Amino acid sequence: MIFNILRKELKSMFASPMGWVILSLLMLAFGMNFLNGIDSYFAVMQGAMRPAERIGVTQFVGEKLFSFAAFLALFAVPLLSMRLIAEERRNLTLPFLFSAPVSITDIVLGKFLGLVIFLSVLVIYIAIMLFALSPWAEIDIGYILANSFGLLLLIASFSAAGLYFSSMTQQPVVAAILTFIVLFALSFLNLVLPGDPSGILPSLSIMHRFQSFTGGLIDTGDIAYFVLLIITFLTLTIRRLDADRLRG
Amino acid sequence: MMNNLTVEASELTRLYGGREAVSNVSFDLKQGEVLGFLGPNGAGKSTTMKMLTGNLAPSAGSVKICGIDMIENPKEAKALIGYLPEMRPLYKEFTVDEYLTIAARLHRVSGKHIKKAVEIAKERCGLTHMSKRLIENLSNGYQQRVGIAQAIIHNPMVVILDEPTVGLDPNQIRPIRELIKEIGKEHSVILSTHILPEVELMCNHVQIIDKGKLVFNGGIDVLKRQRIGNKLLIGLRNLPMVDELLKIKGIIEAEVAENNMMRIRFAEGEAPHEAIVQAAVKNKWGLYQIAPDQTSLEDVFTQLTHQDAAAEVVAESPQ
Repeated sequence: MIFNILRKELKSMFASPMGWVILSLLMLAFGMNFLNGIDSYFAVMQGAMRPAERIGVTQFVGEKLFSFAAFLALFAVPLLSMRLIAEERRNLTLPFLFSAPVSITDIVLGKFLGLVIFLSVLVIYIAIMLFALSPWAEIDIGYILANSFGLLLLIASFSAAGLYFSSMTQQPVVAAILTFIVLFALSFLNLVLPGDPSGILPSLSIMHRFQSFTGGLIDTGDIAYFVLLIITFLTLTIRRLDADRLRG
Repeated sequence: MMNNLTVEASELTRLYGGREAVSNVSFDLKQGEVLGFLGPNGAGKSTTMKMLTGNLAPSAGSVKICGIDMIENPKEAKALIGYLPEMRPLYKEFTVDEYLTIAARLHRVSGKHIKKAVEIAKERCGLTHMSKRLIENLSNGYQQRVGIAQAIIHNPMVVILDEPTVGLDPNQIRPIRELIKEIGKEHSVILSTHILPEVELMCNHVQIIDKGKLVFNGGIDVLKRQRIGNKLLIGLRNLPMVDELLKIKGIIEAEVAENNMMRIRFAEGEAPHEAIVQAAVKNKWGLYQIAPDQTSLEDVFTQLTHQDAAAEVVAESPQ
């Protein structure tokens, strides 16, 4: 049943030009960033004489690329997630889903996974770009996989948040703005409230958690953080939709 | 299932901020029945339907579909229902085929049968030549047909339609009525409307709901009698005095209406039609029209809500 909802979501994302436009613009941006990265790699490495200054091409290009992707996701995900429930609410199509033999959990999970799969196209695209260097250089496969995994977790948590804010309103634009504000705050908590590095608040920041992935490190603590974030927002969404049925 | 009961609603109540939108509504529906839900705006028709389909949780009471409780086993119960809400839930970015395929999948039509189910639903609703059109570009009437098609695509035991004929022109309404009757033969249909003739044409059971309360629950014949009643509307070029009409045997009430018309009420069991015509000829009243005076829904409605007889009807009906 989750699969059927997921299929419907993917279909409707590809049925509107919005999805295609955002996907292609992001791909363009990532491609440019990738090319710039390679150009500057040669420039920088020519100047770096001592071995300690030299780093691999994967990390040099990848670090910038993945950070850039995470930053762009902050803008792209709210634009894609805003329609998920808000538009159904506005077009009064929610009864179609509610009166079908699917649970609210199925609906929410289906929509969430639909968006994550849609966005994972971008993660795969970035990974393919980096793997494309392999004929000319020795690539750090583990580094690419760790980063892709981190980016996927980041995008999934953004999507979960976007889904929740989309369930709160009838206006997709309002949902997008709310999602953006909250994600922005959550992402840069570490910059707004620096304090000492061992403080609790900075460690709650999304970008802070993402940084260890960009270093190529998979930390269970970070995974737990993202999974918790996702579960929290999805549970809130389920509760919000359930309230529709209870309160009317 | 026991006694082929498809819908059992018992003591349904729904509160909105302390106000009872629907209060204590109970009824049963058997297989092969078409139930018409009547009532003025805001009476609680849609709210009741939302509760029957699991779109809204009742504040009290329970709904059983073919013996399956909607609150305990919502998925199983919902699988037996096809529902068209008042506002059609159409995804306008899809074509008719795409939308109906999604509807079939969501309603657990098995993969092999989806194509066939879509074809059958389109054929029944007269949509075959619209398959590849975007729903967005369809006319109002065709969109309504798509709405009905998604409600019957999985061949449900109970079809619940909220105002199914709104927005259809008379030529389109007829096939839809036939369709509803046809579905009603094998399964059960609940439909809401505020057009009384519609109920008479399609339904064999009627419920009238007012301010959230069930004020009438019974067969269509009872309602017909209420509606047509013992009234005549006659058109006379030279209007006689009311007293002269009252002299005719059986007439107990007469009043002058607009356009040289008179409304007449006669006693139960009498048939004064012929006598009226004869009197009209004899006294040169210039009779040009004589017809049963059909009361509007509002009139029947007020009759039913204000008569004690209505209470008896509710008491008689099976609970």
